[in-house]
Amino acid sequence: MVEQTDKSAEARQAWMGVLARAPQDALMALWDGLQLNPTYEWLRAPEIGGVMVRGRTGGTGAPFNLGEMTVTRCSLLLKDGTVGHGYVQGRSRDKARTAALVDALMQTGSADMVRAKVIDPLTMQMQAAKTARAAKAAATKVEFFTMVRGEDQ
Amino acid sequence: MNAQTQFSGGFRNAPVDASHAFRAAMTVMARPGEIRDLTGAEPPAPLSIAAGTLLLTLCDPETRVHLAGEADTEAVRKWLTFQTGAPIVAAAEADFAVGRWDDLMPLNTYRIGTSEYPDRSATLIVECDALEQQGAVLSGPGIKEVAHLSLPDIAVLTGNAALYPLGCDFFFTSGTQVAALPRSTQIRAEG
Amino acid sequence: MYVAVKGGEKAIENAHAWLAEERRGSTDVTELSLAQIREQLSLAVNRVMAEGSLFDPDLAALAIKQARGDLIEAIFLIRAYRTTLPRFGYSNPVETGDMACDRRISATFKDAPGGQVLGPTFDYTHRLLDFKLAADGEVAAAPEGSARQEPTPHITEFLKGEDIIQDEPPSDATPGDLTREPMEFPSNRPLRLQSLTRGDEGFVLGMAYSTQRGYARNHAFVGELRIGKVAVEMDIPELGFAIEIGEIELTECETVNQFKGSKTEPPQFTRGYGLVFGQSERKSIAMALVDRALRWEELGEDNLGAPAQDEEFVLSHSDNIQATGFLEHIKLPHYVDFQSELELVRKLRREAEERITPKEAAE
Repeated sequence: MVEQTDKSAEARQAWMGVLARAPQDALMALWDGLQLNPTYEWLRAPEIGGVMVRGRTGGTGAPFNLGEMTVTRCSLLLKDGTVGHGYVQGRSRDKARTAALVDALMQTGSADMVRAKVIDPLTMQMQAAKTARAAKAAATKVEFFTMVRGEDQ
Repeated sequence: MNAQTQFSGGFRNAPVDASHAFRAAMTVMARPGEIRDLTGAEPPAPLSIAAGTLLLTLCDPETRVHLAGEADTEAVRKWLTFQTGAPIVAAAEADFAVGRWDDLMPLNTYRIGTSEYPDRSATLIVECDALEQQGAVLSGPGIKEVAHLSLPDIAVLTGNAALYPLGCDFFFTSGTQVAALPRSTQIRAEG
Repeated sequence: MYVAVKGGEKAIENAHAWLAEERRGSTDVTELSLAQIREQLSLAVNRVMAEGSLFDPDLAALAIKQARGDLIEAIFLIRAYRTTLPRFGYSNPVETGDMACDRRISATFKDAPGGQVLGPTFDYTHRLLDFKLAADGEVAAAPEGSARQEPTPHITEFLKGEDIIQDEPPSDATPGDLTREPMEFPSNRPLRLQSLTRGDEGFVLGMAYSTQRGYARNHAFVGELRIGKVAVEMDIPELGFAIEIGEIELTECETVNQFKGSKTEPPQFTRGYGLVFGQSERKSIAMALVDRALRWEELGEDNLGAPAQDEEFVLSHSDNIQATGFLEHIKLPHYVDFQSELELVRKLRREAEERITPKEAAE
């Protein structure tokens, strides 16, 4: 395999992050819509595990262990030799497999198509959900009125 | 670096393969001198099948592994990292160390545990040319009367046994075979 | 002394069957779905995730259903499950400064950049039972404002410029993990925070309250409380770089505490820190207060002998699974222990009576 340049690593980081955070239903619906059935073999069959999440004292200081989260991971090999990795939140083997397939295809000639049909729509859906929450939060922002108090006159 | 080497050679059916391997590892540790077959992994050279299988069975991201001498290759590092996630460290920090006897030495580099936590010690996986039930005379827990095992250095290993309950534990691997020597075993030269 | 006694298998089996039936309740009532628990009892789900120390809302909902709503039992189920998970690794520390805040308030700075964002809070409700909910729970959509796009900076950042608040310098030290290494005393702040964040909410609340009532009072203000989602990032060795592996909801509380200074520290504000899975506001404030109380030694304060200053006392008793395990085991058969106790008391009684009787006879 060709050594990855920083730029391609950054791009891969971005799509793997989208796949990890994506709601399972949304990812599966978009993937099923593609009607792709690439042949692959497992390098690591999907396994469910935990990742210890860390925080920092005071938000900025020394790291501490906060608690675990569930993660499912797998690795697979496409016929053309491309390796795809799936690391996704939660306990869905299907989601991990789909994420690994998408990760693999994003490194092949199908990348533009997969990006347009899976990664971009997922990114938009997730951004829309985030904006909707932020909009509700914004509506609860306090607007203070300063009152003129008698003794200050 | 061929991607297939790094990602292949793991257990085909991890729960079953790891259980068989663990059973073999536990049996040889419980019965010092006994030699068993240990297979399942296909590690990159120069690791033996038995040593590779032990590493897959015993290691995870929380066990620190030291690769000694010629065992420390880029291929072995990448394979171990993908298959187990184990961090690769210097001898003094290791939970497990793997390599040939001369490359692993000196033994006093490794952790031997503390009196409160004797388990905080290193287990060495020693790659050997051959394993034979002859040579040093073993006695102690897990051995009915005496057992025999070809050991790389009786003097050093006797010194380790003298540290009991502290000290290191050993697996000896050769091809697809494994034997073990816990720190609780008494060792005498043949005679 | 423990002696294995066999028997009771049929009774246990039947008890389990009845438990299942009681859990279901009347079949005239629709069965509760996990999605209903996850969505509509989300604060219970959050508590189970925080104290179970595993972020997975669906699993927490299942545990609550299985435990018939007994949250400590549900936490027990989650703790048991998490021990079966292989540990893939440790995340990079989450960046709470980048949190997408649903709520963010400060009791110390009215005009903090980013503003006072109340979020979905109980704070200004009248605590009057809402009988409309008993009839039907239909609600109108909440109003929307103009969404903030940029991250909301931490409030303590503003005090830092003045050098009037104790700093939290970043470090890359590897923290201890109490799920892997048994706790030893004296401990350290990272281990205390891990212990407090998974500790029992009631216990941590009680400890925090004791500091407010005067047992090692440390004059806490809520400098900032924020609730929202943060991305979790982990280094993936086979990739050679870090990726986001998910997103979790957190509550973070930072207290600003009055501090007159000590032999080693100048007068300044000090800080207590709380960070908890999910929307767990009370817990994170309580955690910050107890964290601050436990820092007496590093700040050169006096040990007043208050319970909240005693790290061994706090950390050894904060875990409700350890506590309930030891507490509840005393209801299990101790027939043999008790038999020997009975023998002992009878013997002592006999001896005492023998000592008294001859005396009486002599009189």
